[in-house]
Amino acid sequence: MGSAIEAKTHKNMPGADKEADLTERIEAFLADLKRGGCGTGPIRGSGETARETTALLRKVTAQARWSSAGDLMEIIRKEGRRMTAAQPSETTVGNMVLRVLKIIREEYARSRGSSEETDQQESLHKLLTSGGLSEENFRQHFVHLKANVIEAINELLTELEGTTDNIAMQALEHIHSNEVIMTVGRSRTVEAFLKDAARKRKFHVIVAECAPFCQGHEMATNLSKASIETTVIADAAIFAVMSRVNKVIIGTQTVLANGGLRAVNGTHTVALAARHHSTPLIVCAPMFKLSPQFPNEEDTFHKFVSPHEVLPFTEGEILSKVNVHCPVFDYVPPELITLFISNIGGNAPSYIYRLMSELYHPEDHDL
Amino acid sequence: ETQTKCGTISLFSHLHQYSRKAPLTQQLSIPSTVIHPSIVRLGLQYSQGIVVGSNARSVALLHAFKQVIRDYTTPPNEELARDLVNKLKPYISFLNQCRPLSASMGNAIKYIKKEISNIPSQFKEEEAKTKLQKCIDCYINENVVLAAKAISKYAIKKISDGDVILVYGCSSLVNHILCEAYDKSRKFRVIVVDSRPRLEGREALRRLVQRGISCTYVLISALSYILPEVSKVFLGAHALLANGYVMSRVGTSQIALVARTFNVPVLVCCETYKFCERVQTDSFVSNELDDPDDLMVTRKGKTQLENWHDVSSLGLLNLVYDVTPPDFVDLVITDLGMIPCTSVPVVLRVKNLEQ
Repeated sequence: MGSAIEAKTHKNMPGADKEADLTERIEAFLADLKRGGCGTGPIRGSGETARETTALLRKVTAQARWSSAGDLMEIIRKEGRRMTAAQPSETTVGNMVLRVLKIIREEYARSRGSSEETDQQESLHKLLTSGGLSEENFRQHFVHLKANVIEAINELLTELEGTTDNIAMQALEHIHSNEVIMTVGRSRTVEAFLKDAARKRKFHVIVAECAPFCQGHEMATNLSKASIETTVIADAAIFAVMSRVNKVIIGTQTVLANGGLRAVNGTHTVALAARHHSTPLIVCAPMFKLSPQFPNEEDTFHKFVSPHEVLPFTEGEILSKVNVHCPVFDYVPPELITLFISNIGGNAPSYIYRLMSELYHPEDHDL
Repeated sequence: ETQTKCGTISLFSHLHQYSRKAPLTQQLSIPSTVIHPSIVRLGLQYSQGIVVGSNARSVALLHAFKQVIRDYTTPPNEELARDLVNKLKPYISFLNQCRPLSASMGNAIKYIKKEISNIPSQFKEEEAKTKLQKCIDCYINENVVLAAKAISKYAIKKISDGDVILVYGCSSLVNHILCEAYDKSRKFRVIVVDSRPRLEGREALRRLVQRGISCTYVLISALSYILPEVSKVFLGAHALLANGYVMSRVGTSQIALVARTFNVPVLVCCETYKFCERVQTDSFVSNELDDPDDLMVTRKGKTQLENWHDVSSLGLLNLVYDVTPPDFVDLVITDLGMIPCTSVPVVLRVKNLEQ
């Protein structure tokens, strides 16, 4: 089974129950990830996935046997590879693993006494004189490293818990009264954002239903329960209605390294229609969705689900003669996006590369 | 007042909201007893969606009018030319209430009225009726059947071997063109794009697959995924407006927009009898609202929008048409030739001069 936790050889020790429990939790988490592969999205939202991943990594840090930072990073990488292999399209899992790795590096550097800034900057001078960080193999043992890492991971968890509220708090700065706002499909972040604004402002929301899974319907019912004037339209009417829309606010599955989006299918059409009408496109995405991937990996970008959602089996006679596609994601290039709203504030798409260098270490980009 | 529910979309409050549940005859101001039975049947077919499509509706209308003319007798002291036109007026408003008239139907009605008023007074009743029926047959033949042949001839020049052609929904003309091209041994494959809630593309898919054309089927939200494979887009039209805008099934403008972004040529196929003198710049001022309950869907046993009528802040919008700006359209193929979108008023003028 290849688990990094050596549960088998230490069955009769008191720590063995905890280790078995951890293995069980990891296996359950992987099973959930695999099941979440159908088009309606994961069983839990991406925020919950991020928190669950981080909690699991914290447990691994606490319970695994390691003596130096390098060992811990190896263990985390191994677990991370297993988790991302279970559901490659769920990028938040990989992002959290990279965050934890960065935390470990930072804590190690702090324990060694060198300041973080000099480590991060890759200057030409450093490259020529010291040969870069390849000399650093994280082999030194520090007593308090474990406690520090776990504390830092706890801070990360607190940050994750507050992301939706942080984003929703900024709503009043972006929505004025009597606006017509368009959104696509269902995003918990956008829902919280709009509900927060609705407490003080009156506006109208148009939701594109996003066939074939029609998650827009659930979004519309939730918004109307908060007394927001909502209208549901079919995907085909997006361009027709766009001339009356003041702002487009959407969520996304992933923010890619170039500032582009991997979002639910239909988003590219919305972005193009918004650009044609010069309507601002605002993306509400928490920082844990930022991924170091670039969009040019042709065979890994798209994810497909069963085409019976598009052409059901009742259309029997023609099914065998027809190709049917049901892609789940769309790529939206960064030129079409006006603003990103995340838990650390608003950013232009051109700034995403900088945020990425603060969150992840370049050597970890390929798990 | 169950039909105009309190949450009707304020942007479209100037348009009539259709509902399939409310029985048709309750809402009409004209009692159906004074209407000719074939017109009543036609009206019901329109409102229930049994006869759909611009060409189909016009041809059905003309056949119904032929029936009306056959059963018509001139009352004493009346001239056929004037009386028949007056007889047709309530029929036309009845049909308009069942479902708003399309541009092609409007043009057909104008033609018939003109033909009726041009009947010389010395014609006997039987002669006049035969002449009118011949005129109607001629109109259908010229503007629908022969026009389709002429358009196919031009369009087939634009289809080359190895093409991947994208079509949207079910346009009788585009289906005809593709079948003709396939019969002339052009090697191409077709991608049919469809959209909820009408899902008309399935009908087009069936017809094309029956002929043996290899097809792919996607929904309109997968457009950005499928467009890089496409070499041409063929679209049908409901009407061509005098300012060059194309009025067609909702979703057409989106397809043209995304195709333009991917640099794929967009060709619109339209007979000249669908050209109309109206001008319109957006899809709001004049449109048709279909039954909003069609948007509801039951997935995994749960219908999310089941009780939308009870929620006052929730509304459903089911548009039928939209207008495509002329800069998204590269070419319009008509029976008079291949013209740019902006030449529509020229064609209208030429046709008016002919008449």
